[in-house]
Amino acid sequence: MARVNFLLLAVLVLCALSLVTSRHQSRKLTAALEREQQRTRQLEVEYGQLSIEQSTWATPARVEKLARERLGMQLPGPGRVEIVGGGRAP
Amino acid sequence: MRAATLARPRVGVKPPAPASALPRLRAPLVFGALALLFATLAVRSLYLQGIDNEFLQEQGSARSSREIELPAHRGRIVDRWGEALAVSTPMKSVWAFPAKVESSPTQIAALAKLLETTPAKLAAKLDSGDDFVFLARQVPPEVADRVAALRIKGIHDQNEYRRFYPAAETTSHILGFTGDGDVGQEGIELAQQSWLAGRPGSRRVVINRRGDVVEDVESVRAPQAGRDLALALDSRLQYLAFRELKAAIELNKAKAGGIVVIDAASGEILALANWPTYNPNARNKVAREKMRNRALTDVFEPGSTMKPFTIAAALEAGTVGPSTVIQTGGGALTIGPNTIHDAHPGGALTVEQVIQKSSNVGAARIALGLPPDTMWKMLAGAGFGTPPATGFPGEVSGRLRPAKTWKPIEQATMSYGHGLSVNLVQLARAYSVFATDGELKPATLFKTAGPVAGRPVLAPETAQAVRRMLELAVLPGGTAPRAQVAGYRVAGKTGTAHKLEGRGYTNKYVSSFVGFAPVSNPRLIVAVMIDEPAAGQYYGGAVAAPVFSAVTGGSLRLLGVPTDAPVDNVVLPPAGAEIREET
Repeated sequence: MARVNFLLLAVLVLCALSLVTSRHQSRKLTAALEREQQRTRQLEVEYGQLSIEQSTWATPARVEKLARERLGMQLPGPGRVEIVGGGRAP
Repeated sequence: MRAATLARPRVGVKPPAPASALPRLRAPLVFGALALLFATLAVRSLYLQGIDNEFLQEQGSARSSREIELPAHRGRIVDRWGEALAVSTPMKSVWAFPAKVESSPTQIAALAKLLETTPAKLAAKLDSGDDFVFLARQVPPEVADRVAALRIKGIHDQNEYRRFYPAAETTSHILGFTGDGDVGQEGIELAQQSWLAGRPGSRRVVINRRGDVVEDVESVRAPQAGRDLALALDSRLQYLAFRELKAAIELNKAKAGGIVVIDAASGEILALANWPTYNPNARNKVAREKMRNRALTDVFEPGSTMKPFTIAAALEAGTVGPSTVIQTGGGALTIGPNTIHDAHPGGALTVEQVIQKSSNVGAARIALGLPPDTMWKMLAGAGFGTPPATGFPGEVSGRLRPAKTWKPIEQATMSYGHGLSVNLVQLARAYSVFATDGELKPATLFKTAGPVAGRPVLAPETAQAVRRMLELAVLPGGTAPRAQVAGYRVAGKTGTAHKLEGRGYTNKYVSSFVGFAPVSNPRLIVAVMIDEPAAGQYYGGAVAAPVFSAVTGGSLRLLGVPTDAPVDNVVLPPAGAEIREET
């Protein structure tokens, strides 16, 4: 009887210890999850800011201005256009 | 413990006295007193644990449990290709309780520098005597963090969102804007508030002494992120339309104007621009006047752009055919006390020529050959008199009176677009019956998955016949040769309407042009309206048609639509030989 009790005690202690470890693990993982979620939110914010920036740089008004002023581009007149393929593009 | 340590030296120093020497009641008394003390402790602890446990529970959770706010930002508005048109980004506002602010002059100077203001202005705000003042609204989070790092007592910050509109004044009338709390106030932002808005959530967690979250307890409210919204708009076409409209308004010294580009197959609004406009990113001092989306919320008398509907009604009714000859009686028609005039008196015109030369008398004669009800059915069927239902808040229906109330003179003037009113989107959408084989497409501001079935209004043969007439109108000999586009066949109709002010017509004009291209397989419907051109020219063919040409040509090229005409197809009549029309 005493031996069984001792065995059960050992099992109990083991269980208790594993509970402690798993509890600790879970807390660590929760903290890690939390950090990642924080990061997700930060990245979302950054994505928003970058997409504003991208859209602002790529506004047709700006692109046109740069093409005309910095690159000296212009629209070809009707006399300088040739439609390839007889005007029946696929 | 305390009793034992106290007892020990006593044991060492003095041996215990014989028990008999003690008073009889002393031991029970001491025992009783001690027991009572323990009992008190036990009762108190029971009480705190079991009965009055609220306070301690609260204190405990105040130290370890937190409710965390889960932010949910407003969804983005994007164009049909996913290009961002409206994006919310977190900002912070810095505020203060002036009465509680304790700061040194150096701190104020540092704060002023961070907030890009002067120490004097800042001090004025803090001395204003208000209970609460905003020192700066919507500053970048980094700046707010640096402000917090100054650790000035009584100065705080709060999270806010700010919405940016990269395309600024180009798209402002459609998108509208948001106000306090990122809530939609105008335009699509207002109409789609519930779709775009996020709902912030919160959850309860356990934190450790470093402040890290160690356990999720419960989710108090699940956050719901705002959903993105895809509009039908094409940013490139939108910019092109806006640029050309603006240029035409400046050239013609006009008061206002609008332009709409609609996909002929799906009814999607690919571009919609108005002038005057405003920048939604800096709209502090913008007049309400400039915020109106005129193309949807204002009406005008359309003038000759209405004639094709009169002709279509007559063709459907079978009262005329495309080559029936109409006598225009030298360009004047008298109905009761009123006389209708043509700008270019002619003799006999075929029905085709009535459209091509835009003859008022011709249109009126054709209209008078129809019962009012037939004509009303045609106009109502083309969507006049009902709001276009694009999904924009506050769009107007225009005016189309019931046929029962029409007098002959009214029916005659309505045939060329006077005595009824429309908005620009309605007008553009109505032309879908000619651009397709007689179907009225629903106009929408939102992206749709492909061609949309319309409501049949005309027989295909009628639509094709009118389409041919509309093509004649832009060729030399018509009223709008300047609407031609290199490489594409186009069709359309000019309008030059006297403006109605108070009781009568003035010598101010609304010049318009509505057309579509390529004629062989129409892809785009473009409607242009220029309000009060004041630089000499006012005919639709001179003011609005060039805008149509530039926008249609550019748009077809951007969309990669195959050409259906040689690139040297544009033939302009010699100067002075252009045909004009008066309505």
